[in-house]
Amino acid sequence: MKVSIYRYNPETDREPYMKEYEVDTGGKDLMVLDVLNLVKEQDDSMGYRRSCREGVCGSDGMNINGKNGLACITPLSAAAPGVLEGKKALILRPLPGLPVIRDLVVDMTMFYNQYEKVQPYLQNNTPAPAIERLQSPEDREKIDGLYECILCACCSTSCPSFWWNPDKFLGPAALLQSYRFLADSRDQATDERLGKLDDPFSLFRCRGIMNCVSVCPKGLNPTRAIGHIREMLLERAV
Amino acid sequence: MSIRTVTFDAIVVGGGGAGMRASLQMAQSGFKTALISKVFPTRSHTVSAQGGITCAIASSDPNDDWRWHMYDTVKGSDYIGDQDAIEYMCSVGPQTVFELEHMGLPFSRTEEGRIYQRPFGGQSKNYGEGGQAARTCAAADRTGHALLHTLYQQNLKNGTQFYSEWYAAELVTDARGHAAGVIAICIETGETVFFKAKATVFATGGAGRIYSSTTNALINTGDGIGMALRAGVPVQDIEMWQFHPTGIAGAGTLVTEGCRGEGGYLINKDGERFMERYAPNAKDLAGRDVVARSMMMEILDGRGCGPNGDYVYLKLDHLGEEVLHSRLPGICELSKTFAHADPVKEPIPVVPTCHYMMGGIPTNIHGQALRLDGGHQGQAEQIPGLFAVGEVACVSVHGANRLGGNSLLDLVVFGRAAGLYIEDALRQGMDQAEPNSDDMDRAMARLRRWDDSKGGESVASLRKELQSTMQNAFGVFRKGDLMIDGVKKVADLRSRIGEANLGDKSQAFNTARIEALELDNLLEVAEATAIAAEGRTESRGAHSRYDYPDRDDENWLCHSIFDPKTKQLGKRDVNFKPKTVDTFQPKVRTY
Ligand SMILES: Cc1cc2nc3c(=O)[nH]c(=O)nc-3n(C[C@H](O)[C@H](O)[C@H](O)COP(=O)(O)OP(=O)(O)OC[C@H]3O[C@@H](n4cnc5c(N)ncnc54)[C@H](O)[C@@H]3O)c2cc1C
Ligand code: SF4
Ligand code: SF4
Ligand code: FES
Repeated sequence: MKVSIYRYNPETDREPYMKEYEVDTGGKDLMVLDVLNLVKEQDDSMGYRRSCREGVCGSDGMNINGKNGLACITPLSAAAPGVLEGKKALILRPLPGLPVIRDLVVDMTMFYNQYEKVQPYLQNNTPAPAIERLQSPEDREKIDGLYECILCACCSTSCPSFWWNPDKFLGPAALLQSYRFLADSRDQATDERLGKLDDPFSLFRCRGIMNCVSVCPKGLNPTRAIGHIREMLLERAV
Repeated sequence: MSIRTVTFDAIVVGGGGAGMRASLQMAQSGFKTALISKVFPTRSHTVSAQGGITCAIASSDPNDDWRWHMYDTVKGSDYIGDQDAIEYMCSVGPQTVFELEHMGLPFSRTEEGRIYQRPFGGQSKNYGEGGQAARTCAAADRTGHALLHTLYQQNLKNGTQFYSEWYAAELVTDARGHAAGVIAICIETGETVFFKAKATVFATGGAGRIYSSTTNALINTGDGIGMALRAGVPVQDIEMWQFHPTGIAGAGTLVTEGCRGEGGYLINKDGERFMERYAPNAKDLAGRDVVARSMMMEILDGRGCGPNGDYVYLKLDHLGEEVLHSRLPGICELSKTFAHADPVKEPIPVVPTCHYMMGGIPTNIHGQALRLDGGHQGQAEQIPGLFAVGEVACVSVHGANRLGGNSLLDLVVFGRAAGLYIEDALRQGMDQAEPNSDDMDRAMARLRRWDDSKGGESVASLRKELQSTMQNAFGVFRKGDLMIDGVKKVADLRSRIGEANLGDKSQAFNTARIEALELDNLLEVAEATAIAAEGRTESRGAHSRYDYPDRDDENWLCHSIFDPKTKQLGKRDVNFKPKTVDTFQPKVRTY
């Protein structure tokens, strides 16, 4: 099958270009990451990140035939119609909107900065008990669909608002994590957290376009979390 | 020899659970600490851990006792786990787990609001007399993810200095063998830097990638073991590799033992629940070594499933959709993706798969690395400046077979213990080893050798050959002649890898260079494993030989120590002296 990959090495290339590879997959419905590994056997200069190869570490977010996803859990049959059958090329590009370091490797600094801004850690100043803090199963359920984020950046790099304001708009991933702590019955910094989000950019740049939801490989829903924060902000204002 | 030097009080190499628990302790103490990790910390392998962290927090059973956990762990280890270390882990465990909860780890909960605990293999109440225990604390089936992200968040909060996507290439030691720090490469730019520190903590995780079929992440290449061996530091019990009963056939990805804890069981092609024959009491929750061997016997006796009869099935559908989706949501996802089977409706094809390295750098309970003072026959002595925690270390709490959920506990208990010890030692004044230019040259030699390579075989093809050699000769069942042959093949691979070629010599984010450096480490781990496995002439725990089918307490109730300088296998006494409880005497191990 044919694979077309975005290549750029800052030491030798003035500009990025697409390079074509012919890969023998034996007609199998391999994962995109398996195909990349086969490409690397042909051409060891091919650069990309990977670690767990099972969709839990968030290393290999990339743009696969126009849509962001994780290479390791995207089978060729799901990359785009016709790719598995060899009728269409598999097209791999780095996540959009972030600076490219090399090939499919992007600089995630801006993405991590936004994550850090939401103070992504539990804040509770009451002295800790001798055992665990208690939490009812119902309260615990409120952080399901939030804590599972793997920081792959598929969502934020598909979000037009994040492309335009990656420094000021926190983006769906960071906002999801913000809500993960707002929704945790053990966290006491609600007011401070909300205060930090209450400006025209941090959260309110979200236009509800839902790109983030449609690409999240973990099936999480940042738009809904953003909606919940909006409600909390409104309530706080009253 | 002029590379940039950066100086710290302590450096931690590795940002998995063990490394980040250690760095957190030190960040809180205010000493100048750096954490170096070849991947962004939350991409470390700990993120993959599913089932949970085993610990007697007395939630599921208010009468639970850490001594029962200790009994299970000693028995699980087939009696070569050190009883002082196991005692420490099991007794300090509850406090360590509560700390994680206070940090925000989103554990699943019971109706009482306490941490949810599930049954895992090898767990009992009342020293094996009171039936199955439920002792594994879980955050659904994503406990490792929850734990790793929580620790990363706390490290952010406490201002740990991270060097993410930096690759530690070599341990720097002085002429006495004292650790002085590491040489590391910034992956993004290719710059090579000497990280100089009074304390160097290895937390580099496992090396499952020495086998072709493994549950381990692609980054699990045993870099810490490789660096240690090249610096003359020995490794202990490295022949002990755990094969997890339930790797997804073909893909190698794991489905947690928690599946069987929640009531799932294994069946052969006749639909028989065959574990009832091999372990009448514990059945599917016997020790992992026992279950893996039973599965292989079924397969070898022609009762395997599928067109080639080379796997068995894990049946879960009887648990019902609700339990599966609330308790094992990640497993349902993984199974659909990698086995094309929805556990709600059909069983998952599984096969024993390389999973965990019980052996590693020998340490005491403070994480201090040990060597034998008289070569492979001496007494243990500490190596100044060097520490190891987590899967890369052999403290040894797992002995010849690790119990499920005990690794995550090992990470946080000993990561924390090493942090506490180093903090204290720094306060009292630790020496900084001063390497001379010969020492630095030695540490740089390997980098130079790859940069000067031309011609020679490719990294990818040699890696594959090494992995299949290990898979064929050092798997679930082992045999003397096959292993002798395996040792020879590995020796041959050593000379070929020494001549291998790195095609891409660029600087910026050169993953080919990293993979080449990793191949050297895979080779070191493979060689030590091969020699140690061939040398241990008995069957114990995960090490099972056709030609020596029985446990031999007379000769082998001890640790093996592989000495990289002589490539010989020595022995070291197991600790049978816990401080607060009576010794657990070796018994025949049945489940
Ligand atoms: C699929 C799976 C599921 C598991 N489930 C469980 C479970 O439920 N319960 C349990 O107790 N155990 C479980 N285990 C075992 C457990 O997850 C591991 O043993 C444990 O996570 C290892 O942690 P660690 O901190 O030692 O190393 P890791 O998490 O592997 O981290 C190693 C770190 O070292 C860094 N590193 C390595 N080499 C270098 C280098 N050269 N330079 C710089 N940095 C380097 C890496 O970047 C990484 O940050 C599971 C294992 C697997 C494979
Ligand atoms: S819903 Fe909001 S956050 Fe999500 S992609 Fe659209 S603008 Fe971005
Ligand atoms: S919300 Fe989903 S897409 Fe976004 S970073 Fe987290 S896991 Fe990735
Ligand atoms: S390699 Fe970990 S998410 Fe794909």
